[in-house]
Amino acid sequence: MTRGRFLFVLACIGALVAAVETLRSPDVSAAVVAASMLATTLRFATPLTLGALAGMFCERSGVANIAIEGMMLSAAFGAFIVAAMTRSLAAGVVAGMVVGATMALLHAWLSVTLRVDQIVSGTVINIMAAGVTGFLSTEVVRRKAIEGAGLLPAWRVPVLSDLPVVGPIFQQQPIAWATLALVIGAHFVLFRTVWGLRVRAVGELPRAAHAAGISVQQTRYAAVMVGGAIAGIGGAYFTLEAVPVFEPMMTNGRGFIALAALIFGGWTPAGAWVASLLFAAANALHINAQQFGIPVPSQIVGMFPYVLTIVILAGAIGRVTPPAAVGQPYVPD
Amino acid sequence: MPPERPGAVVRLDAVLVPVLAIATALALGGVILWAAGPRFEGSYLGIGFVAEAYLSLLEGAFGSRAAIVDTTLRTVPYVFSGLAVMLAFRGGLFNIGAEGQLTVGALAAAWAGFSLDLPAIIHLPVVLAAGCLAGAVWGGVAGLLKARTGAHEVITTIMLNYIGGQLASYLLNGPLRDRSPLNVIAQTPKIAEGARLPDLLPGLHAGVLLAGIVAMVTWFIVWKTTTGFELRMVGANADAAAYAGVNVVRRMTWALGVSGLLAGLAGAVQVAGVNYRSTLGFNIGYGFDSIAIALLGRNTVSGVVLSSVLFAALRTGATKLQFRTQVSADIISVIQALVLLLVAAEQIVRWLYRLRAADAVTQAPEDGATAAIPPSPAGGEG
Amino acid sequence: MSPIESHERTTTPNDLRQSARSAPIPSGTRGTGDPTFLLEARHLTKRYGPVIANRDVSFAVRPGEIVALLGENGAGKSTLMNVLYGMTVPDAGELAIDGKVVRLRSPRDALARGIGMVHQHFMLVPPFTVAENVALGNEPSRRGAIDIATVEARVASLASRFGIDVDPRAIVRDLSVGQQQRVEIVKALDRGARVLILDEPTAVLTPQEAEGLFRVLRGLAADGTAIVFISHKLGEVLSLAHRIVVMRRGAVVGEVLPEDATAESLAAMMVGREVMLRVDKSPSTPTEDRIVVRDLRVAGDHGGVAVDGVSFAVRAGEIVGIAGVQGNGQTELVEAISGLRPTAGGTLSLVGVEAHGLDVRARSMAGLAHVPEDRQRHGLVLPFSVADNLVLNRYHLPPLAQRGVRQARAIVAVARDLVARFDIRTPSPEVPVQALSGGNKQKVIIARELSHGLRALVAAQPTRGVDVGSIEFIHRSLVDARDAGAAVLVVSAELDELLSIADRILVMYRGRIVGEVPGSEATREGIGLFMAGGGGATQGSPPAGFAREDDVHYVN
Repeated sequence: MTRGRFLFVLACIGALVAAVETLRSPDVSAAVVAASMLATTLRFATPLTLGALAGMFCERSGVANIAIEGMMLSAAFGAFIVAAMTRSLAAGVVAGMVVGATMALLHAWLSVTLRVDQIVSGTVINIMAAGVTGFLSTEVVRRKAIEGAGLLPAWRVPVLSDLPVVGPIFQQQPIAWATLALVIGAHFVLFRTVWGLRVRAVGELPRAAHAAGISVQQTRYAAVMVGGAIAGIGGAYFTLEAVPVFEPMMTNGRGFIALAALIFGGWTPAGAWVASLLFAAANALHINAQQFGIPVPSQIVGMFPYVLTIVILAGAIGRVTPPAAVGQPYVPD
Repeated sequence: MPPERPGAVVRLDAVLVPVLAIATALALGGVILWAAGPRFEGSYLGIGFVAEAYLSLLEGAFGSRAAIVDTTLRTVPYVFSGLAVMLAFRGGLFNIGAEGQLTVGALAAAWAGFSLDLPAIIHLPVVLAAGCLAGAVWGGVAGLLKARTGAHEVITTIMLNYIGGQLASYLLNGPLRDRSPLNVIAQTPKIAEGARLPDLLPGLHAGVLLAGIVAMVTWFIVWKTTTGFELRMVGANADAAAYAGVNVVRRMTWALGVSGLLAGLAGAVQVAGVNYRSTLGFNIGYGFDSIAIALLGRNTVSGVVLSSVLFAALRTGATKLQFRTQVSADIISVIQALVLLLVAAEQIVRWLYRLRAADAVTQAPEDGATAAIPPSPAGGEG
Repeated sequence: MSPIESHERTTTPNDLRQSARSAPIPSGTRGTGDPTFLLEARHLTKRYGPVIANRDVSFAVRPGEIVALLGENGAGKSTLMNVLYGMTVPDAGELAIDGKVVRLRSPRDALARGIGMVHQHFMLVPPFTVAENVALGNEPSRRGAIDIATVEARVASLASRFGIDVDPRAIVRDLSVGQQQRVEIVKALDRGARVLILDEPTAVLTPQEAEGLFRVLRGLAADGTAIVFISHKLGEVLSLAHRIVVMRRGAVVGEVLPEDATAESLAAMMVGREVMLRVDKSPSTPTEDRIVVRDLRVAGDHGGVAVDGVSFAVRAGEIVGIAGVQGNGQTELVEAISGLRPTAGGTLSLVGVEAHGLDVRARSMAGLAHVPEDRQRHGLVLPFSVADNLVLNRYHLPPLAQRGVRQARAIVAVARDLVARFDIRTPSPEVPVQALSGGNKQKVIIARELSHGLRALVAAQPTRGVDVGSIEFIHRSLVDARDAGAAVLVVSAELDELLSIADRILVMYRGRIVGEVPGSEATREGIGLFMAGGGGATQGSPPAGFAREDDVHYVN
């Protein structure tokens, strides 16, 4: 993420805080607003960050991914049902990763091997995920009256989590903690390891990677599936960390916002994380607007992340350069 | 890159692959139905159950006069929104925003229908025009941004879907909400009598006629006019179009604008012909369905019309299927997803049925010649 | 028998036809298992659909030897290279390294066996550093992380050992083309290449840079590296190679030693018949100005100035050539003249009209024709029919369209006429243009651009990637357009092309015109000096040593 973009994010957050401060009802104290905004923002940022990291591995390898939504939705279902059957939340998370990676495998097969247009392939996966999870949730979950296995408990950092206002930062559920670790881990993997170098090479100039003896197809399959597994964790968040039930279409467009965060963040882990926080903050305000007594219709506040995404894509805050080979199937000579 | 106007052999192929895809998807759907049914316990090892399910689907879609009317009514918006996606595709643009364009089209149409007080003869045209205009603006914004700044239309149209959704939620809960004490949901008042589409037959509004006319006009524009030629040129190779003197910015904006117009018209026709008002959430699923319809119809007008009938029939018949077999009507979404998968990746169908690839043109790479990258709607982002 | 002793082949057309049939390869390179050969190709055949790209190709190279592989565009050189490097698997035949038969399934196999390649289009990842590019595919790592310091040290030591100037930490995107090529060579050497294959390495270099490359290659050969040098340029092949293998239409048609060959004999072997080495044209009789450029400035793709204050005029009845290494602003200049790219300053007038504010279409209607550099990308809509492509810029005019409705009959009538007049080989005007051969595709563009109201013509790299027959046709068409009174501006990276058709040659370097030479007085060396920025900005006065070159120029 460029410095200019980073300053822009800070300015946005500043503006957000200022707006809340001037508009909130005097009955709600600043501390309550801050604490509740912090808590909600962190919660909302988790699936966005995971989705963005998922998209990052995929797109860095040259495969466009508009299927993050579908991958997260199917993983949310997989995680729910396996956790419910086994009564093990950990097994649920693993199942989410497996389902996410499986959907990613389908995406890789369609777009890397069969060279189907990558946007079409992503659309197919989104439609498929919506259809299959919708059908199974009525046929299996509702008919068999399957009970969820509950939610992952929060892990608290002693002392720090008892602080006022900033306390919520230090008491989060495991997937939220894991997300922070994944941001750092993804940065290391992408920019410091051999595999990361190869993924980036394949996404920038696949024929160069091929000429250097690297298998473009294998690298793309691996990157897309790693991304799918991360999206799977993001999916598990919905049914194991946010609410203990599965609802059809419950990802509600988070996958697309995650894609926007990825683009905003310039296809880097740290950038994607910061962008996710910004989008999450806007979403948190949308949810909390009424509680804070803000006299602006919450739907108008709710448009903010989407409008912001369009503004960014239009290049108003500096150009974003995607990996050069995104969207192009590789055809060796 | 497939040639635009394929020869006779390839044309047969163009019908065969979608038909085989549908058949295969129905077969796989049958397997799922079988698994959801009594399985080996049922008649003929459970196959009777599958047959009954599909028969009830067929009956629900075409089994009675009411069923046929219902299927036709569902076909109408699909034709408009399917044409919308198809037209954008022909211009090399992927309009995922039909849902948002349909939403704002319905909102504008409903507003014009209940708030304006006009003589009947112009009220209906005004209502439809309002829907078209709103949809065209919603699509045109994405087109303009794409053409001027390169902002990828896939992302911007998705974002505009959500903005449209928030806008609808705001307006239908706020300024446009039906304030009558009996109303408990987010919807507008009913539109004036004069703003409604007249019935052709009892229960079947004149939107059917309009869909037919719009389909023919779309075909004429895309294939017979210079505008359509420019559209297809931009879609097949935008660089060559610019080089040939086409104003690519204007044509792209036009393409997504007209695409949005058609989707907006779908929303307006639903308001003026079926619901007589705009209700929050009535449009869910149209966006993805219309992409599936355009792809299944291979981006041809006749293909879009036939696919619209198929999708409408599946959705209409699903109710009966669920009633008879107790299997969730969502099975239709699974079948649709399978159809789309098999059409998108037609290699799967070719492999399953041992069809030869349509190698109309095979060419050796030329030494030293730059390989052309086929322009796809999935070009670079940002 | 050693290939060194093989004799010059006779090169009369008749003989060549015979030799193509019986494919007589000097027995030296046919020998199997000769341990003195480092790399040996035996009877390779590769088909793409109905086209045979390589037919029974055999040749070999020894350590320390520089073998040139000569052939015109489409002769099958690149396919052969892809086979040698494992990027393409041959349909028949085998490869041997050190006399042992090997199967190369991927570049990885080739690299592992000591075969390195410098591709015509560089295989460097632009946002990576030099060291990262060198490491790619062969990365040392420590505790899971790439050990880039080690690679940087290796690059530095290789660079100093062979006198190659390259900074391991530089970002490749920021390097000049010549520097990038050196990175490619270092990359191959770092992988332990014993055989170095270079595909058209001088295409993007000035003559002086090419000389620098040759020094490096001679040094590598002296060190024992075997070098396979692919080219279609006769002069450099004669001066660099120890042995020359000539290919035509996918087959090896002969093998000669440079001391036994002349440019004419090599050209005849390459083409299979006597080649007209210069276009036959009368002196030009220029009249009024048609393209006038004054102090023109144009921005590049990534900001910055691509064209920096260029002034010149092209008059009716003359061909003006613009020479220069690619990437010195020529592309942007052509796009600015045709209206595809906005100008940032200066004036431009076309056919006596100020062009500012005129879009592409208005300029085209005023009589400006444009043969684009990249015909697949700009010149044609491949899935469209031949007829639609022939009217691609006039589809909106009557009688081709009436009130916005296209008139199919009129379009086909126009197309039939052009197909006949320009001898375009197509089954019918209705087939998609992508079914046509490269030469016929270029003819479609030429037919469209030259067939109507032509007053000024801009042609960018008009013969890139086409066969000799089409080159002759295209050059003839350009001269005919001139003689019919059009102003013709030709931009080309092929110096020989400009030397043979241009009446005046301008040299472009870093966005400026740095020299101007009358066509009759131009030489490779003189222009080459300008191309490298060494000629000073003295318009019209050639630098010292600007003498008529007696070498024969092979067209293209």
